[in-house]
Amino acid sequence: MTALATAPRRDRRPRSGLRRGETLAGWVFTLPVLVILGVFLLVPVLMALWVSFSDWSGRGSPFAPGVGFVGLENYAAITTDGGLPTRDFGTSLRNNAWYVLLVVPLQTALSLFLAVLVNRAVLRGRGVFRTAFYFPSVTSSVAITVLWLFLFSATGAVNEILSWVGINGPNWFNDPTGIVHNFLGAFGVTSGPDALTENGFLGVTFWNWLAGPSVAMTALIFMAVFTTSGTFMLLFIAALQNLGGDVEEAAMMDGANAWKRFWKVTLPQLRPTLFTVLTLGLIGCWQVFDQIYTGTQGAPGKTTVTPAYLSYSSAFLGQDWGQGAAIAFILFAIIVFFTIFQRWVLRERPVSRRRARQYEVRPTGRSMR
Amino acid sequence: MRRWRSRTVTWQIALYALLIVLALIYISPFLIQISTSFKTDADAASNPVSLIPQTWSAAAYERLFLRSDFPLWFANSAVVTICVTLGRVFFCSLAGYALARLQFRGRGVIFAGVVAVMAVPAVVLLIPKFLVINQLGMYDSYAGMIVPLLVDAAGVFIMKNFFESIPVSVEEQARIDGAGSFRVFWSVVLPMARPALITIIILSFQGSWNELAHFIVSTQSPELTTLTKGVARLASGQLSQGTQYPLKLAAALIMTIPVAVLFFIFQRRIMNASEGAVKE
Repeated sequence: MTALATAPRRDRRPRSGLRRGETLAGWVFTLPVLVILGVFLLVPVLMALWVSFSDWSGRGSPFAPGVGFVGLENYAAITTDGGLPTRDFGTSLRNNAWYVLLVVPLQTALSLFLAVLVNRAVLRGRGVFRTAFYFPSVTSSVAITVLWLFLFSATGAVNEILSWVGINGPNWFNDPTGIVHNFLGAFGVTSGPDALTENGFLGVTFWNWLAGPSVAMTALIFMAVFTTSGTFMLLFIAALQNLGGDVEEAAMMDGANAWKRFWKVTLPQLRPTLFTVLTLGLIGCWQVFDQIYTGTQGAPGKTTVTPAYLSYSSAFLGQDWGQGAAIAFILFAIIVFFTIFQRWVLRERPVSRRRARQYEVRPTGRSMR
Repeated sequence: MRRWRSRTVTWQIALYALLIVLALIYISPFLIQISTSFKTDADAASNPVSLIPQTWSAAAYERLFLRSDFPLWFANSAVVTICVTLGRVFFCSLAGYALARLQFRGRGVIFAGVVAVMAVPAVVLLIPKFLVINQLGMYDSYAGMIVPLLVDAAGVFIMKNFFESIPVSVEEQARIDGAGSFRVFWSVVLPMARPALITIIILSFQGSWNELAHFIVSTQSPELTTLTKGVARLASGQLSQGTQYPLKLAAALIMTIPVAVLFFIFQRRIMNASEGAVKE
């Protein structure tokens, strides 16, 4: 046991005299953190897990004798029963899936683009540009949502600007139509094939799964990209500045143009940051709540309901605590799944033989490991 | 040579033009917000883009400060933010120091636990947090708003990383002089940790000032409404009739000011903070 306790020591000087009492101090120092994290994080999760298996109605303690164990009933209600809770849950997953599908790539690409633009050594006024791009990220989601509701209102700034170029903008936050459906509608396709409209998943037909985000959700997607691109830009700038210039110089000597250097040299070296940005983006995007609470409350036509908001509204507004907790745990599982999936997709792979041959001529830097 | 020169100049101009356009796109929403907050309702509706109000009007601000609960919301946000920030600075640095420097049994387990906790998404905790706060009898009180936010796993992580980067020899001297662990921490190590402490202050000020979900599930009475909660209600029209955009935008603007001030004071540090924090 003593060996275990002393294992992390870095130097071997005997200093047991000076180190006496450190176990006590260590525990005392970490106690507040442990207690608060335990009481407000670990215990609540366990309690909520119990609630998701119970028929607790929100009155009294969830551990009171009257509260019954209902097994997987709450989970079944939102996934397999086919009733309203299932349809709502399916709709919320569809809404959020489209949100993730559009926001994550857009914010990653845009933030990388901004980082590359402002990272040039010769650029004047770098600080000003960085500040401009980053500022939206420090403001609260509530304040930004209020601003967005104004900018994207029917007679708001966005539609006014669109009208300058002859576009009649939609009534953004009141338009429940899906943008993929609208796009197909422009070619005269207004209803899907029977195979898609008659079958479905989680109470939502495949045709509606494919509807795309509603126009209202699209406005929220723009907002997410606007507010997060600055934060992620900073991460990319930090990574770009940590890159040694030597690999790039070597590529320049070999006559690679800027475009090629970016794709073949810079981007592979940014892999860890890219992974961080994608994961953080994905985790954040599955948690959309503030914007929905402040802005649309799920309207129009439930097309901006997200699982996070649905979990809140089922429990606190609908008093269906079991289902609310069950939704929260499914959401948790989704986030964990995608994080692991992403880690797996972007894992450091041994270079394939075909790939390796390309590099054989000059086996340099770290990027090819 | 000359042709090469003129090509780079063209590129430079294009680059700056692109940057300026992008910067305008990022800034203009806030400029529109400021000007709209000084417009009349009718002016805001008919001229949503113009940056100069047709008739200047401070009606929105008058209404907010003199005839609404806005000052109360502001005070609540300030109280909570100050308490949370002080608590986080103290507790996170204390735990960070212990995890970085003190050799004690169970350290590895504690650190693993803190890291694991960082992975739990906040939104998943909405219902759970309410359950515990309710059980502890802290629902609808300042305690319920503040205590759960006092500790932040990411803050512990940042402090631990910082303490690991400063040389041990400084503390050793104090130890040889007979100072106890807390003494070493308080009077030797903490003063050296200023850069990291400022990072924690910025993060927790911004985080708790902008926090919404936690206050929704931990309070209900109007006296405990924070700015985020109040403005969110205002936005969804629960307190006002009609659109009243100048009023809503003024409220959102005032709410942004403290964070913006902090941002401009510590700009350089904020811009570089990500470097240390995100190393994989």
